[in-house]
Amino acid sequence: MALINTIHGEMDVSLLEKREGSLDNENETTTWVEYWLDGELVHRSVDMALKRSVIGTPVAASLA
Amino acid sequence: MCTSFKVDLFNAVHAFNATGVPAHTAATADTFKAALYVTTATVDSTTTAYSSTNEVTGTNYTAGGVTVTFGTAPSSTSTTAFITPSASIVYTNVTLATAFNAVLIYNSTQSNKAVSVHTFGSQTITAGTFTLTMPTNDSTNALLRLA
Repeated sequence: MALINTIHGEMDVSLLEKREGSLDNENETTTWVEYWLDGELVHRSVDMALKRSVIGTPVAASLA
Repeated sequence: MCTSFKVDLFNAVHAFNATGVPAHTAATADTFKAALYVTTATVDSTTTAYSSTNEVTGTNYTAGGVTVTFGTAPSSTSTTAFITPSASIVYTNVTLATAFNAVLIYNSTQSNKAVSVHTFGSQTITAGTFTLTMPTNDSTNALLRLA
């Protein structure tokens, strides 16, 4: 019996409807998993990998 | 500009102004944290420090966010200095009902001064875990780069 944390406490996943999704664009790769009970969202987790770095460009001026 | 200087910037080696210079005499790294912000927040490159205004709230989320682990020293390849947190940023067993789309990394040791803001598609979490997986720590992918 696999248990998962929900808004109602730990529940057996076999009692829940599982929905999954993903998103992949230039900014992120994201997957999520949801568990529903009788039309109610009881669990949602997200894994996200950020692709876009923060880049600084220090510049030293020429002494012309 | 010397690449070693770029790495030094990550390590707070140089002080050009004697006023307000943080003391780094002890060989101790600062503590960095990551706070999440709701979609109506204005957090961007002009952000100077952590603020709780428009930060997410919810079950098991502590204001100020979670600690970010920088277990790998800043490095450089070619002319680019870079650093990436050495572990994922994880908010465990939280419920964040209001949509959020940004994370602020800031230095909690140095007056909560801002480091970087990263935005993403809006999310909510329900009795679950939000995991931010870090990119590869190299000169083309690292989370923070000085090119």
